[in-house]
Amino acid sequence: MRVERDKQRELLHILEENSRRSAETIATMLDTTVEDVKETIAKLEKEKTIIKYPAIVNWEKVHTNDLVTAMIDVKVTPKREVGFDDVAERIYRFPEVQSVYLMSGAYDLSVVIEGKTMRQVAQFVSEKLSALDSVISTTTHFILKKYKHDGVILEQPEDDKRMVVTP
Amino acid sequence: MSISQIANSRLSRTIQAIPPSGIRRFFELASSMEGVISLGVGEPDFVTPWNTREAAISSLERGYTAYTSNSGLYELREEICKYLDSSFQVSYDPDKEVVVTVGASEGIDLALRAILDPGDEVLVVEPCYVSYDPVVRLAGGVPVAVQTTLEQQFKLTPAQIEAKITDRTKAIIFCFPNNPTGSIMTKEELAALAAVFARHDLVVISDEIYAELTYDTNHTSLASLPGMKDRTILLSGFSKAFAMTGWRIGYAAGPEDIIQAMVKIHQYTMLCAPIMGQIAALESLRHGMEAKERMVESYRQRRNYVVKSFEQIGLSCHKPEGAFYAFPSIASTGMPAEEFAEKLILEQKVAVVPGHVFGDGGAQHIRCSYATSLENLEIAIDRMDAFLRAQK
Repeated sequence: MRVERDKQRELLHILEENSRRSAETIATMLDTTVEDVKETIAKLEKEKTIIKYPAIVNWEKVHTNDLVTAMIDVKVTPKREVGFDDVAERIYRFPEVQSVYLMSGAYDLSVVIEGKTMRQVAQFVSEKLSALDSVISTTTHFILKKYKHDGVILEQPEDDKRMVVTP
Repeated sequence: MSISQIANSRLSRTIQAIPPSGIRRFFELASSMEGVISLGVGEPDFVTPWNTREAAISSLERGYTAYTSNSGLYELREEICKYLDSSFQVSYDPDKEVVVTVGASEGIDLALRAILDPGDEVLVVEPCYVSYDPVVRLAGGVPVAVQTTLEQQFKLTPAQIEAKITDRTKAIIFCFPNNPTGSIMTKEELAALAAVFARHDLVVISDEIYAELTYDTNHTSLASLPGMKDRTILLSGFSKAFAMTGWRIGYAAGPEDIIQAMVKIHQYTMLCAPIMGQIAALESLRHGMEAKERMVESYRQRRNYVVKSFEQIGLSCHKPEGAFYAFPSIASTGMPAEEFAEKLILEQKVAVVPGHVFGDGGAQHIRCSYATSLENLEIAIDRMDAFLRAQK
């Protein structure tokens, strides 16, 4: 027996907030059994509702790491029968590419890429991205600082400002 | 005559008769220590959601810094009435039957002062929030404790009320979901009480500040039961459900004559609740429901975790169905609550509130707030486990 739909949503919230919580703790929090939690997580993984358990790292704290992130607006010509999907796939297959989104508005694809240096990013854009047949134009924006990423504020969390004991 | 007696002679007999807060000494001890994990905080650990904070910031930028109507911003009263109607099926007229107060605490004070004459008795259902008894006294009334017990899951029964009623009994004050026990009253249980309230013509001050924080069933407001709206002063606010303790915005809803009497006191003593807080409260009602639901979800998960963990470490605890407190019994340790709480903080750096401060019935209990992160709860449970083992 798996956990019901409402609890399944709660379980996803719990994992989204801290994917390292044990099945035992989650079962206690949701007032269900450990087996149900494990079974539900396995099902959600299998159906790709849970895709991965990444860690959100504030790379600015890792001084040896000087990765450069760029967001690139890409205008493309959609292909007959496959629309934008085909060119999107051509782009997201590159290991440098972190995300690809189809956008409404002035351009078609928003591509986020990471490189070791600005030069490396510029090289990727000119030699790989712009070289694709479907790509009409690109506009590159370099990220200067990350404040919030995937819903997580990267600064130190605020201290508890409450008094120690209150009635 | 000592200096302190001379000084005291200037004070009213009423204020001198009110004992100092039973928690003061313990609070000072807890505040003086480093590295304490606190389960002693009677407020949410969430900061007020950003949209609410932003609404207040924006109101200041636009220059909303003036008085409001004594009863509170009309828009807010209207929104409160809509909310009470849709959430708890009780309808009020925003013109005459609602007043916005400086926290639910001011509402308690106004309600008591509006209805009491000197010597009137008020049944105070214990364990309860620390201010009920003193505020009854300050209003010239005589508090009469009605003890609920662990055996009855800290619920109130008609027989308990009947046993305490005299010809001087004017009103009863209680809070469900309850601070500190987490107990709730179902619709059927309230209906049984309603008959007693009607028979003895009692005014009921129903503190429903935790109404939104129920985990297994929905809250029933006493005022929604047949014949009860006209004798019930419903007190609530934004502190707990909307994580707005510091904003000090509450409200009272009830029959026109009592509410208007409360407004009269409020206009001469407080004038009105702060406008930026009222604007923030309005934002919470209009756009804060999703954030509120997420907080409730989080409290429910922590409640489940805490209750089960207490069982595992050998602390007997009934399952709280509302608010964000567990009220485990420490009778098995043989220690009074005050001694237990002091030893626990000194030896293991975990702060809990000794149950005696909520009334004599709490003397063998401690109040543990689970309005803190799961990580903190895990550490606290480990430390309490070590503490209990050391006592054996």
